[in-house]
Amino acid sequence: MDPLPLLVAVPLLAGFVLPLAPKHRIRLTDFFALVTAAALVVLAIAALRQPDCAYHVGGWGPRAGGPPLGITLVLDGASKLMVLVIAVVTFAVILYSPSYMARFTGKRKFYSLFFMMVAGMNGVVLTGDMFNLFVFLEIASIASYALVAFGCQKQELEASFRYLVLGSIASYMILLGVGLLYAKMGTVNMAHLSSKIDAAGGLAGAGPVTEAGKASALLIFATTLFICGLGLKAALVPFHAWLPDAHPSAPTPISAMLSGLLIKAIGVYALTRVLFSVIGMAPESVVSSVIMTLGALSMIVGVFLAVGQWDFKRLLAYHSISQIGYVMIGIGLATPLGIAAGLYHLVNHAIFKSLLFLNAGAVEYRTGTRQLDEMGGLNKRMPVTGSTSFVASMSIAGVPPFNGFFSKLLIILACVQAGRWGFALAAVVVSVLTLASFMKAQKYGFFGKLKEKWQHVREVPTMMAASMILLALLCLATSALMFKGPRDFFLGHAQRSLTQRQRYVDRVMRPTTADARESTERMD
Amino acid sequence: MVYLLCLIVFSIGIYGVLTQRNLIKIILSLAVAESAINIFLVLLGYRIKGIAPIDDGTAANFAGAAVDPLPQAMVLTAIVIGLGVLALSMVIAIRLYHRYGTYDITKIRKLRG
Repeated sequence: MDPLPLLVAVPLLAGFVLPLAPKHRIRLTDFFALVTAAALVVLAIAALRQPDCAYHVGGWGPRAGGPPLGITLVLDGASKLMVLVIAVVTFAVILYSPSYMARFTGKRKFYSLFFMMVAGMNGVVLTGDMFNLFVFLEIASIASYALVAFGCQKQELEASFRYLVLGSIASYMILLGVGLLYAKMGTVNMAHLSSKIDAAGGLAGAGPVTEAGKASALLIFATTLFICGLGLKAALVPFHAWLPDAHPSAPTPISAMLSGLLIKAIGVYALTRVLFSVIGMAPESVVSSVIMTLGALSMIVGVFLAVGQWDFKRLLAYHSISQIGYVMIGIGLATPLGIAAGLYHLVNHAIFKSLLFLNAGAVEYRTGTRQLDEMGGLNKRMPVTGSTSFVASMSIAGVPPFNGFFSKLLIILACVQAGRWGFALAAVVVSVLTLASFMKAQKYGFFGKLKEKWQHVREVPTMMAASMILLALLCLATSALMFKGPRDFFLGHAQRSLTQRQRYVDRVMRPTTADARESTERMD
Repeated sequence: MVYLLCLIVFSIGIYGVLTQRNLIKIILSLAVAESAINIFLVLLGYRIKGIAPIDDGTAANFAGAAVDPLPQAMVLTAIVIGLGVLALSMVIAIRLYHRYGTYDITKIRKLRG
């Protein structure tokens, strides 16, 4: 069985079936949610073992020499990596949710929206069609607007409304960009677009004189729209205003999903895919400089805003902006090492940031506070939360045995290799500030003297603890991506699938009538 | 020329989102901006004196005469998505009204931004 369409279909089905479960059998719903999440992990691993391929929905594949007629899903190195990350973090968060969400009413609706968001993210990651990208992006976004407002308190509604307005404008920009591409190139299939853009000369040679010049000027406009629209979804700095409100306001499992996965899947990954596979971004080009500058801005502004925060979740949200900056610098370099390093940091950030949000939620679950200065000494009463949050903090700050160190090191090395000393220096400085900020969080939150009022705080329930331990172990395990074998298998493969445009085009455009399908899979 | 009109309508929508203080008016401005994009998409496939893209075998030069059906299909999807966003934003606005007793965004300020 082909795991490709199932990766979208399974969470979508779960999203609609789970709310049908009887209301008084809520444990049954919890159980099925967990089974669905586990199924996603299995599917993602099955996808990892598959050769790279394209799946034509409904069998509307390309006829000889022509473009694909219908929607295409594409499985290659980068999407395999993302699908696996999404599945693993989703599983951890679902493991955490039953106990945490028990105090909310409408838990079934929570699961429903949750899985629709996952379906949207998987769709964005797998799709090979620009308009379909927009549709999945909206599925994920609408579910996330609703989830931010889930608690229906004042702050949550306000944050959700702001997020919705900005997110909608971003979506319109993306839709306009898709429309412009269609107007000039006459297709919305990514691979077909890619070959047509290459034939038209790409971004170079802009100028109103020739027909190709006009196409190129339009392409520049479309690229700008994509950078703005997807940059807003990824919360890059001039477009970040919604994130520090929206992410902390949501219920904790959702904060972890939003910060850990959503901004990456529908922001960073979608932008990377559009820039590399469709438009074609070369190292040292203008687009590359723009992306790197946006990344550096996010990195610096994010960390400075984070240092002064006392609300634990808000502090984490600002650090998300900063860490996304690192990813964008790596990807913006567009060199093989840069892209691999950026993707590596993306994976790491997904793991440690969702863990940190789950830690913050665990503290809130037992003590009811998110203010760092009201906590203190919680290590003594909540050892699992304390130690896992220590692991995550050291990872995000880039302390050696943990994954964050290696990915930041690779990004800095990639900057140096490309001769971008300024960016390398900025990355080091921001890393030091991040360390300072998390030292503060650890000192006030978990070390020091236990306050009188927290004398009888207990550790969180087993399921929540298990989920945090799982992610903390992954923080250590992903350090192994530094070694040559796993690095080449995951990151090298992902990086090649982004930079080798022709292979991407061939994979999708290859005629696949029913009998040719078998040979297609063997060719990879 | 017609495309420029779309851009103007889109700008009106964005202007409304940026300047209006009433939640409902912000939502309506969003809807205006969205319609502008939808009209733009439909116009992409339009040709003057085009026929409906249904091939019943009577048109002599079908591919040359029919309007492009693909943008129409895309616009239908976009309209449905727009409806979903609009409905959700209205629900949030109503909930906000219940909490704050006002639609004025300058009075709804719990968060620091």
